Amino acid sequence: MEHLFILLTLAAYLASFAAYVVFLVAGREWAGRLGSLFLAAALVAHYYELLDRSRGLHTVPYHDLSGSMSLFGWLLGLTYLSLELFHRQRSVGAFVLPFILAFFGVAQLAPSDRFAVVPATGVAFALHVTLSILAYAAFGLSCVLSLIYLAEQRLLRERRIGDVVWRLPSLDLLDRMSQSGVLVGLLSIAVGTVLGFVWVSRLTGVLWHYDPKYVITLVVLIAYVFYLRVARNPTWRGARASRLCIFNFALVIFSFTVVNLFLTRAHRYF
Amino acid sequence: MEIVLVGLNHRSAPVEVRERVSFSAEQALRAAEELRAQGIFHETLVLSTCNRSEVYGVPPEPARESLDALSSYLSGFHAVRSDLLRPALYHHYDRHAVRHLFRVASGLDSMMLGEAEILGQVREAYRAAHSHGATGPVLNRLFQGALEVGKRVRSETDLGTRPMSVASAGVKLAERIFGKLAERSALVLGAGTISEQVVSQLRDRCISRLYVMNRSYDRAAALAREFSGEVIAWEKWQEALALPDVIVTSVSSEEPVLLRRALEHGMAARRNRPLFVMDLGLPRNVEPAAADLYNLYLYNIDDLTNIVEQNRSARQGEVPRAEAIVEEHVAKFLTWQAGVELNAVIAALQGQLKEQRTALVRERIARMASLSPQQRAEVEALMDDLLEKILVDPARRLQGERDLRRKIQDVEAIRDLFLPERHRS
Repeated sequence: MEHLFILLTLAAYLASFAAYVVFLVAGREWAGRLGSLFLAAALVAHYYELLDRSRGLHTVPYHDLSGSMSLFGWLLGLTYLSLELFHRQRSVGAFVLPFILAFFGVAQLAPSDRFAVVPATGVAFALHVTLSILAYAAFGLSCVLSLIYLAEQRLLRERRIGDVVWRLPSLDLLDRMSQSGVLVGLLSIAVGTVLGFVWVSRLTGVLWHYDPKYVITLVVLIAYVFYLRVARNPTWRGARASRLCIFNFALVIFSFTVVNLFLTRAHRYF
Repeated sequence: MEIVLVGLNHRSAPVEVRERVSFSAEQALRAAEELRAQGIFHETLVLSTCNRSEVYGVPPEPARESLDALSSYLSGFHAVRSDLLRPALYHHYDRHAVRHLFRVASGLDSMMLGEAEILGQVREAYRAAHSHGATGPVLNRLFQGALEVGKRVRSETDLGTRPMSVASAGVKLAERIFGKLAERSALVLGAGTISEQVVSQLRDRCISRLYVMNRSYDRAAALAREFSGEVIAWEKWQEALALPDVIVTSVSSEEPVLLRRALEHGMAARRNRPLFVMDLGLPRNVEPAAADLYNLYLYNIDDLTNIVEQNRSARQGEVPRAEAIVEEHVAKFLTWQAGVELNAVIAALQGQLKEQRTALVRERIARMASLSPQQRAEVEALMDDLLEKILVDPARRLQGERDLRRKIQDVEAIRDLFLPERHRS
């Protein structure tokens, strides 16, 4: 059954990617709609795959790198689909789907390195993990949007106007979409972090103990608050803000990889 | 139930003839009313745009016979000599008329291939004619089909998505940067024809503020008045650079009017908010080095012309797909039309059979004195059954089965075969 959902999810993501590419390259409206439909179907199948994965744990699948990455991919897809519906803009799908597919694919190949040093269950903990990964996914999406911004801006400045430029969102919209993503990420990480403290204090009776993850999370928060502030400033708005957004996501990747794997024991996969 | 189209367009008639045969909205409705009152058409609709004037109608008599009457009417309506008008007119019947209208609505027949305005003009002409009762079931179906084809071609092909003039290419590029232009402002330097075209496009997109500058204040004022803009004195151009999001220049000058340094100051004053500069002057009005400034996008007339050329060939590539959509809808309309005509033919056929059977019974069976009333009734029922089996059943099948109707689109053949003496209605 687990394999069935993996195959269904993979097929739907691939179909969605193909449809989004047709929409972007050939401008077919039906292909764009199909891309969204396949993505929605993939998210449903992916949800059941995650459910299978976490069966028995009674919480979100965070206990290994594989589950954590799969959840990241799912939340990235969910955030993208929400942004697509909110901004009514489908041409970004072809750029976002490869990232979702990559996270989903790597999640299937990653070793099941089970890790549960703490009794990590309960609603507060599940929300803490989910919201943290949602924040990373939203930041990831903003990073992709910023990359598209820089590429489109370069084409426009160099006056290399091909077919695709006419179908991409305007620079202004990309900027706003990227800021929307960061806003979602900031809210999620703020609430998620608070819930993490609540859970730790319930478990240990101590509200604060030093963990390198706290430091990097604080740095990430400050970096994105700074981005949101300067992205609306005319001097920064545009390419400079986009570069900052990409740099900030590098911090997130650092937190997700180096800090998780080598510097902390309590936050290994989220 | 034939469809007739008579008209002229940019290919069939020179502009001197086209402008004389053009219909205002009020004239189009009056002509439709007169054509019906004079019995030339049952249903009619006049479509008149800057490049075409066409009259669509459903005549009470065979189409070719109504052509002379219509040509004479047009000649009289516009007071144009018949020998001048007739060579410029084209006429299409039935499927050719349907195909022509569908191509018109798709922008395939337009002077600028794939132009978007024509669909709105067809919609407006239909709305006006329909609300005045000039159209009937045939033209209603025809024009609803045309609007559907136009919409499909627009959404399923790239025929109308790419800008085809320097002005529209410039404005579309501005939209690539700013998105909707409704909250943006523009400064126009120079008040020539090309500036006017760009301003018109910007106004169509509801640009919030428009500033006009020209060496001749009067010309600037005239352009500003026409498009609800504000005039800025030529001497204040340096201060003016801080105001707009879009600058359009088309000034006649040997040297660049906007130097990099001036634009740099302008960008600093506007705190580096993005600025799109359309340099339509020849020689160029903007120093090319200004293109390096942060958040400044500079396009000159050659850049925009290149984009238009690329788009023209790309649009040509979309024509076969658009034609396929047109053909699909032509077949759909003709199938519907054949179905409606079949209903009328079958009703007439049934009536005629009934009449013939009654006459036959009266003439032949009445003489058979040996038949009892019951036997006579049985013979009559037998005849009815026989006729049903031979003729009416296949006719009913024809009514119900779409594929059969598609194969027999020319209902005239059936009518002529079974109802030779009946006039067309």
